Amino acid sequence: MNIKHRELGLPFSPDQTSATWTIEARASFRGDGRVKLSWALPEDPPGFTILDEDFVIRDYGLAQERVDGQRRALLSARRAFGPQALYYRISVNARSTAGRQTNTFPGYPEVPDYPELYRPAIEKLLADVRTQSADIASFARQLILALRRDTADPAIALLQDEARSLEAQAQQIVDLLAGARIPARVVHGLDLKHGLLEGRLRPMLEVHNEQQWLMFDPQTGDMGRPAEFLVWHHSRQRPLMSEGVSNADLRFAVRRAEARTLDLARGLNAPLAQFSLLGLPLHVQNTYTIMLMVPFGALLVVLLRNVIGIRTFGTFMPVLIALAFRETELLWGVVLFSSVVAAGLAMRFWLEHLKLLLVPRLAAVLTLVILLMLLFSMASYRLGFDRGLSIALFPMVILAMTIERMSIVWEEHGPRDALTQGLGSLLVAALAFLLMTHRQLQHLVGIFPEILLIVLAATLLLGRYTGYRLSELWRFRSVWLPGSNKGSP
Amino acid sequence: MALPQRLATRLEQRLAVKWPWQALKAAGIVGMNARNGHYIARYNQRRLYPLVDDKLRTKKLAEAAGIHVPELYAAIHTEHDIAGLAALLERHERFVIKPAHGAGGEGIVVINGRQGQDFVRAGGQPISLDALQHHASNILSGMFSLGGMPDQAMVEYCVDFDPVFAPITHHGVPDIRTLVFRGVPVCAMVRLPTRESDGKANLHQGAVGAGVNLATGHTVGGVHHNAPVQQHPDTGAQLAHFAIPHWPELLLLAARCYELAPLGYLGVDIVLDRQLGPLMLELNARPGLSIQLATGQGLAPALERIAALPEIPSDALARVRMSVPDFDPNSTPSSTLPDPDLHQEFYF
Repeated sequence: MNIKHRELGLPFSPDQTSATWTIEARASFRGDGRVKLSWALPEDPPGFTILDEDFVIRDYGLAQERVDGQRRALLSARRAFGPQALYYRISVNARSTAGRQTNTFPGYPEVPDYPELYRPAIEKLLADVRTQSADIASFARQLILALRRDTADPAIALLQDEARSLEAQAQQIVDLLAGARIPARVVHGLDLKHGLLEGRLRPMLEVHNEQQWLMFDPQTGDMGRPAEFLVWHHSRQRPLMSEGVSNADLRFAVRRAEARTLDLARGLNAPLAQFSLLGLPLHVQNTYTIMLMVPFGALLVVLLRNVIGIRTFGTFMPVLIALAFRETELLWGVVLFSSVVAAGLAMRFWLEHLKLLLVPRLAAVLTLVILLMLLFSMASYRLGFDRGLSIALFPMVILAMTIERMSIVWEEHGPRDALTQGLGSLLVAALAFLLMTHRQLQHLVGIFPEILLIVLAATLLLGRYTGYRLSELWRFRSVWLPGSNKGSP
Repeated sequence: MALPQRLATRLEQRLAVKWPWQALKAAGIVGMNARNGHYIARYNQRRLYPLVDDKLRTKKLAEAAGIHVPELYAAIHTEHDIAGLAALLERHERFVIKPAHGAGGEGIVVINGRQGQDFVRAGGQPISLDALQHHASNILSGMFSLGGMPDQAMVEYCVDFDPVFAPITHHGVPDIRTLVFRGVPVCAMVRLPTRESDGKANLHQGAVGAGVNLATGHTVGGVHHNAPVQQHPDTGAQLAHFAIPHWPELLLLAARCYELAPLGYLGVDIVLDRQLGPLMLELNARPGLSIQLATGQGLAPALERIAALPEIPSDALARVRMSVPDFDPNSTPSSTLPDPDLHQEFYF
């Protein structure tokens, strides 16, 4: 670890000042022999500088071409069978200046030949918008708002019906703007979010006001490029085009990294550097960042159970609950966990009347838990908390098992024990969550996974700890606390 | 000496106090980690657990070894057996139905007599034959077994417990829990049901534990919810100075149970029947640690002494003599009220 730090210059702390991102695009598909792919690549994305890019394409031939003003990679292979995955990795640095940008005016578009059915609606809409706008930017904005407004106007409803997907909606606005002879285009980009695993491109709208391209959100009409939005491509062609393949799919993984680790990722010539996560594909790295933290949670459970003596359900139930909290954040996680478990427990007691056998009973509780989760999601959405939606990813098997365990403890040892253990589990889960999402620790383990050997050593040492638990000092207090020896002669 | 230790020692001398853990260690209290790590993990082989977790198997082993157990009237293995329950019960006025894999006294129904068509439970409530059959069916479905595994129901002799405990118990059947380490009895307590424990003899459910002096068979103080008590919370009777009848026989019986299931760290539960004397009720491979509070003595010195022995005798009597040197299997306790000063050392 020390060597990695000193010789390779791997930093001990996450550098928070430089916003450097590594984006990995993964094209996956099934090949049936001869394969040709055309893959859009970013070029001078506004707000970012490209530091580095490379491909992981093994047996594929690579060429670059320019189609419709867009840089594309041409990948081909003569014999590619079965599932294939090609990677393109790019590192970008956020920069404050706008930088060089292709602002050449594309010329006024032709007015499209709208279908007879839509023409009156479109003409009325454009006329309305024109009266409400002052310039090109406000025209585009008013047009988007008019289309998104939940209106009873049958003309707009007709247009809304025409374009359902985000993609189609953005394209529709481009076509409508052409009706007013305003040049516009759809661009595709990625919201950079650390830890993103299976990201997809999001369409945005660009409108040219005769000086420069202005970006609009086709949903809200907000003008300007959202922070940390990386423009990937801006041609009418699809980002990934293929010949001779099936099930082609393009996904993105994103990591926020530090400039210095990046230097290393680029070099990768020191053999020791191969033993850091940086050599792995990004989405694997992101999964490992989560996995590598699990032993810390487990160690914490060992400490809290064997040294402190907090009672919990099961051994690693709290760690699993803590992992579930990753989806919901801590406070919401605790609220959702408590409410689902409380409601599930009530239903479980009702199920008790049916005298079911174990496995069917567990399956029934599982079904009830999922229905409960659906109910909570709908209720919280109605109340305007979209946090309630993230419960959908809350592992329901863990919840079902918790409910089952709790109800058994409730019946065999009484509500007091059940609540003690329930609160104990929740407390341990919350602490484990805080530890497992600690940024500095995550960074350290990500770069120096050998820290886990220290965790292992600590676990082994604790495994031989046969001293008293903190709770036992209280349990056996009558031995050392003179006041508690009531009633003795 | 390391600095924190030196500071601790200094502070200790200055204030003349002991740290709680030092006090516990000095008193020889065994904690959960020590029990699991030093004793259960080392002396209890996992493959032997089924012998004690299945009460039917325990009973059969005991019968084969000539150890007295409550007589088994019937074992119900299948739903079909339940149909024959009525005919079987005709022959018995008093009996107990319980799950073979039950834990913590769950699912035990005690029948004390009849009232017309119905049976009468220990608490006095009537119960119909139909309800009894439903209960047996619940037992088979695994309602009371650990982990909900399919189970068997046992119908057995209902212990007519020795009236000596009547003043210090509330309903339920008191039992005597002896901790047997490598076959040597190391401590014992009488577990007395309370109103709170609802007739059950489990300490965590609110039963009272009264420690027993192994040498004399007399009770010393008691424990209730981890706190020392001198009186039964329901009856108010003094918990100390009861002489347990048949004590020598009982102690020997506990030691012999090691031969049925050679678990090094074993809890033996025995009940005292008015006519039949001590009967072994069940064995426990993970006995708890509250017994230390009941007897007022830490287990560590006794356990360490026995663990240090290179070999232990195969004869149960010789093993009992290792903890009670002048043990006489034929003696009877002298009186129900021995010299109180004899037991002063057992209090903190």
